[in-house]
Amino acid sequence: MIQIDGVSRTFAGRRGGEPVEALRGLSLTVATDETVAVVGASGCGKTTLLELICGLQRPDAGSVLSPPAALMPQRDLLLPWLSALDNAGLALRVAGFARQRARDQVQPWFERFGLSGFEQARPYELSGGMRQRVAFLRTLLAGKPVLALDEPFAALDAITRAEMQGWLSRALAEEQRTVVLVTHDVEEAVLLGDRVLVLSPRPGQVVADLAVDVRRPRQRTDPAVVELRARALTALGVPA
Amino acid sequence: MRRWLPPALALVVLLGIWELYVKASGVNSLILPSPTDVLRALIDDRGTLWHNLKTTGVEIVCGIAIAAVAGLLVAVLLHFSGVARRSLYPLLVASQAIPIVILAPLLVLWLGFGLLPKLIVIALVCFFPIVVTTLGGLQTVEPDLIKLLRTFDSSRVQTFWRVELPSALPGLFTGAKLAAVFSVIGAVFAEQAGSNSGLGNLLELTVSNLETAEAFATVVVLAAFAILLFALLTLAERRALPWVHRQRETPTR
Repeated sequence: MIQIDGVSRTFAGRRGGEPVEALRGLSLTVATDETVAVVGASGCGKTTLLELICGLQRPDAGSVLSPPAALMPQRDLLLPWLSALDNAGLALRVAGFARQRARDQVQPWFERFGLSGFEQARPYELSGGMRQRVAFLRTLLAGKPVLALDEPFAALDAITRAEMQGWLSRALAEEQRTVVLVTHDVEEAVLLGDRVLVLSPRPGQVVADLAVDVRRPRQRTDPAVVELRARALTALGVPA
Repeated sequence: MRRWLPPALALVVLLGIWELYVKASGVNSLILPSPTDVLRALIDDRGTLWHNLKTTGVEIVCGIAIAAVAGLLVAVLLHFSGVARRSLYPLLVASQAIPIVILAPLLVLWLGFGLLPKLIVIALVCFFPIVVTTLGGLQTVEPDLIKLLRTFDSSRVQTFWRVELPSALPGLFTGAKLAAVFSVIGAVFAEQAGSNSGLGNLLELTVSNLETAEAFATVVVLAAFAILLFALLTLAERRALPWVHRQRETPTR
């Protein structure tokens, strides 16, 4: 379980500018094995929230309690000198696995994730969707109880993004992990989350906490999905 | 082939104008030899030129190798230690302002006419570009990538070996390519300060004997050697770091 209690975080302004208050008194809990989607406008402290959960930053006030978390950054950031297989096994190599043992561990996942035949491909030979799948696999295989996903599909085109949302939804259904998914796409949040948390603009605070009681696989045209999307948008201050 | 054509044509045109000017103006070949005079000197003196090129070539290749190893080590030190970076980097910059013309004769005075003072001069000239470009590569690794590795519990040393060092290799090659060009100038200064063979030594002799065509021929050999080194390093880079080129050719997304 992740417990965040009254967390504030302020960054010193650049070159003597005004300090930037990213989060103010933010509280939220995420149950074990729950997928929480956090939505908010750009620059509402979403990335800061993930970095607090991952232990990459300390809060100025309040407390963050979280099991170990692995990050999936916005861009895939695959290493160009490694094959797709070795990129996906990066966390295993860091954990001390020998090269071949790491590859053996990753191989079955390539089949499950529809990456068969691309084991030896270099990142620049992969499509955007495949790169994102390899990047997700890399984070998944770190074996941490919590996955912190930072706008994983923001860089993809609309069609690939829709495919990848369906794919991630299936992948998460099979994996018992606690997931915090940050996105600026309200529809994505409703499609993927067990709960949708809406953050206010800077300084970020939770302004709505919506449970998504819709069976998976979810359709974007499902009236319940459309309604939740409208409620989230209203909470964001966007006229529906 | 297309890429060869424009520089080759430009060279031919320039040499043609030069040749015509020398022929038309009747200028003394001791003052300005024509391209054909230089070509003749190249052919006539090929034995001497080759012999001296071997000396200078060894100095340059060894000098660059020393600078590459030392440059990489110093770049890594500066990368890991903020104290070292703040205290040593300005000194490194200052060291580049010492004129080699002053330093080279002093080194000969201290260390004699052998190989060592040449290696020091060449390595000094090559060291700085290698440190700067390698350090640049080490320091511009994506911060998000470092964060990702931290969530994988990667130690500082692991992150260095797995991500930072491979990221810095293109910078190291860029530095070495710059060094290849500077090294030739360094070698000439070092040999002119005191030596009994080498192209710089030959240049010193031919200039003072007013063998101008021979001096030009020596410069041609030096330039060709610099181009050869540059091309070899470019080739080695493509072989060793194939992703650098492939990535540039294909869109990343």
